[in-house]
Amino acid sequence: MTKADIINDLYERLGYSKRECANIVESLFDIIKEALSRGENVKISGFGNFVLRDKKERKGRNPKTGEEMIISKRRVLNFKLSQVLKEAMNQK
Amino acid sequence: MNKADLINKLAEKKGLSYKIAKIAVDTIIESIKRAIINGERVEIRGFGSFSPRHYGAYTGRNPKTGEKVQVKPKRLPYFKVGKELRDLIMESKKD
Repeated sequence: MTKADIINDLYERLGYSKRECANIVESLFDIIKEALSRGENVKISGFGNFVLRDKKERKGRNPKTGEEMIISKRRVLNFKLSQVLKEAMNQK
Repeated sequence: MNKADLINKLAEKKGLSYKIAKIAVDTIIESIKRAIINGERVEIRGFGSFSPRHYGAYTGRNPKTGEKVQVKPKRLPYFKVGKELRDLIMESKKD
């Protein structure tokens, strides 16, 4: 599935033009991206949470050369699936 | 930021009513959810991708009681951050 499929589903539901639907989809992801780049976590109930984590500087190795190096402190993004969706995926 | 905030922001940004913005947000999330449940890979350019991962059964322990528990095999989506978003997040950490 790509953005085009998401746009298509929205088009079928809203009946707005494809262009407007594409605009709405793009805006929603932009809003999420902006919040994350401000350092805010984004929680979507029934779906999951986008959680930012700050990692300290640490020593690492270049796996190719074996050379030791410093991995700078950084912020990473994790996605935690909602419990409800986790169960929906694993019911048998 | 939660779903209600997303709906409000979207309504404001696109000049939509709260009702329409809510339908839009719900529809978009539902589409992605359905694909994930079906075991499809979802790729959103500039944002990231969700790809299905299978995890085997294992014997775990309840960290509180130390009791052994059988963990069943499960499916979970793995989220990989897109390059554009990863760079945005890294930039924000610098200042």
